[in-house]
Amino acid sequence: MPLSKKEWLALEKKAFELRKLTIQTTVWAGSGHLGGGMSVLDLLTVLYHKYLNIKVDDPKWEDRDRFILSKGHAAIAYAPVLCDKGFNDVESLKTFNLSGSKMGMHLDSNKVIGVDASTGSLGHGASIAAGTALAARVLGKDYLTYIVTGDGELGEGSNWEGFMTINHYNLSNCIVFIDRNHCMIDGPTEEVMKLEPLADKMKAFGFNTICVDGNNIGELCEAIDAAIERSKEPCAPTCILMDTKKGAGVKTMEGDYLWHYGAIDDALFEKFNKELEEDYKARCARAEKEGK
Amino acid sequence: MAGGFVYNAVDQTSISTAEIYGKTLADIIINDPKVVAITPDLAKSTKLGDVLKVCPERVFNVGIAEQDMFGVGAGMARAGLIPFMSGFSAFTSMRACDQLHTDICYQNVNAKIIATHAGTSFGQAGSTHHAITDLAITRAMPNLTVIVPADGYETANAVKAAYNTEGPFYIRINRGFDRVLYSDTDYGFEVGKAVELHEGTDITVIACGSCAFQALQAANFLENADGLKVRVLNMHTIKPIDKEAIIKAVMDTRRIITVEDHSVIGGLGSAVAEVMAQAGKGCAFKMLGHQDKFAPIGLHEDIMSEVGIDTNGIVAAVREVMNMDFEEDDNWDDEF
Repeated sequence: MPLSKKEWLALEKKAFELRKLTIQTTVWAGSGHLGGGMSVLDLLTVLYHKYLNIKVDDPKWEDRDRFILSKGHAAIAYAPVLCDKGFNDVESLKTFNLSGSKMGMHLDSNKVIGVDASTGSLGHGASIAAGTALAARVLGKDYLTYIVTGDGELGEGSNWEGFMTINHYNLSNCIVFIDRNHCMIDGPTEEVMKLEPLADKMKAFGFNTICVDGNNIGELCEAIDAAIERSKEPCAPTCILMDTKKGAGVKTMEGDYLWHYGAIDDALFEKFNKELEEDYKARCARAEKEGK
Repeated sequence: MAGGFVYNAVDQTSISTAEIYGKTLADIIINDPKVVAITPDLAKSTKLGDVLKVCPERVFNVGIAEQDMFGVGAGMARAGLIPFMSGFSAFTSMRACDQLHTDICYQNVNAKIIATHAGTSFGQAGSTHHAITDLAITRAMPNLTVIVPADGYETANAVKAAYNTEGPFYIRINRGFDRVLYSDTDYGFEVGKAVELHEGTDITVIACGSCAFQALQAANFLENADGLKVRVLNMHTIKPIDKEAIIKAVMDTRRIITVEDHSVIGGLGSAVAEVMAQAGKGCAFKMLGHQDKFAPIGLHEDIMSEVGIDTNGIVAAVREVMNMDFEEDDNWDDEF
């Protein structure tokens, strides 16, 4: 269903709250993969609050849509999303990364409710997603599988094995997102290991490739709607290539590869939240202007 | 519960071990709509022909991509299917090691791996296709059950046991034909329980896979030639290992030789040694297998001879260990 202005604004509010909770979780955890968590947070918000057909009170429901966070280090943002949604207690975020916690910096699907795949080692999600999507065909189910990889992560060749399988079996019921935040641990992707022309690569691998601003909820929803429409019949799968900013929402972090992983002191905490407020205002203004 | 396909002696000598896997899986797959087969361009090599005949729609070829096979299998298992994934053991253990670790074992999914061309059974292909480290790798993976069947009958039993048991399994079978060890499948196969192939009180030979038949041959020869009573254990399950049978062998015979078509580092011999060492019981001990060397190129039987894991090698090792000076008193306390 097309995104209404009202819904867009509601999603912006949720994304804002989740960003605040992610920053707070980083403080509780001592440190975290904040940059890559924030870049993918708009996607997590729209999936968990608009698209995913899931039941919080029945997390193993066999007809549920699946979501696979191939860039498992974004758990610093994913865990707040799952807790806020009600799968796990928000209080448990206070233990994130700490000894004895069920939540490490990469989430264990056998410990954290609502997680469909244990990820962390990069380059695994695409194949797992291919498996859950193929299983839907075998079992005659119409659930969808959503999977998001990082961009630096695409250096792992196994991603491309998974993409080949998703394409070969016409798994249009598997929607692939790439969080193109342009940064890796050691620097910008194009300096560390060239990815461009990435859209052409995905097209060459058989994907119906849609390029969007991944930090624009309106654009994201439009692309997801198109991908869902295609998913009804087996055909070439969709890749939504999301141009994003590392650390999106916090100006100090935005686009800075050094924020792959970091800690926040009291001064930064205050600064980040202030910048987040400003960003939220700008986002609301955009939704008001572009929303229908 | 599978059970329709019954093997006979003719099958054992006319169809290869992997073909028996294929026939067993065909029997399972037609009776359970949740079972699927996945292979990395090795449907022919891993003998999925019978499965393709009865249920082509549930056989998935992922191309030459073992990592993808395990990821796809893990995803399918997470969605409620039971995938049987067959590929060469060299690549299922090494090329896809991270996926085996994370997607299969860490997630503890109900997926079954049939690792073919085990040990040096694809001898002429050279070391790229020899799997002499896979037991060391798979044995260290939590949640994974590791089985090395000794012949086709045992392969059928292992595959059925894997199907009937929740959790990940790694079943390691040879390329081509195995020497026939059993007369049928009804010899009491149980995961984690060694099978005594030959009674003995002088020394115990613990073997797995193709070496089990060789050990039995050696025991029969030594009984006639040297009057030795050699206990032979077919340790088909490498993990969980049958500790009870090992400690009983230590207590009863105080001499143990392990034999495997695998490196002596990390495989059956290491598993047996760990049990003995932790039991605190002394024992004369020798490990036969690949001695931290890549194997030569050749026919499987020639490599086994060269490495000393065939009948002659085992006979020589038994004679050597029988001549070792080893304390034979009944007081174990002074050996802690």
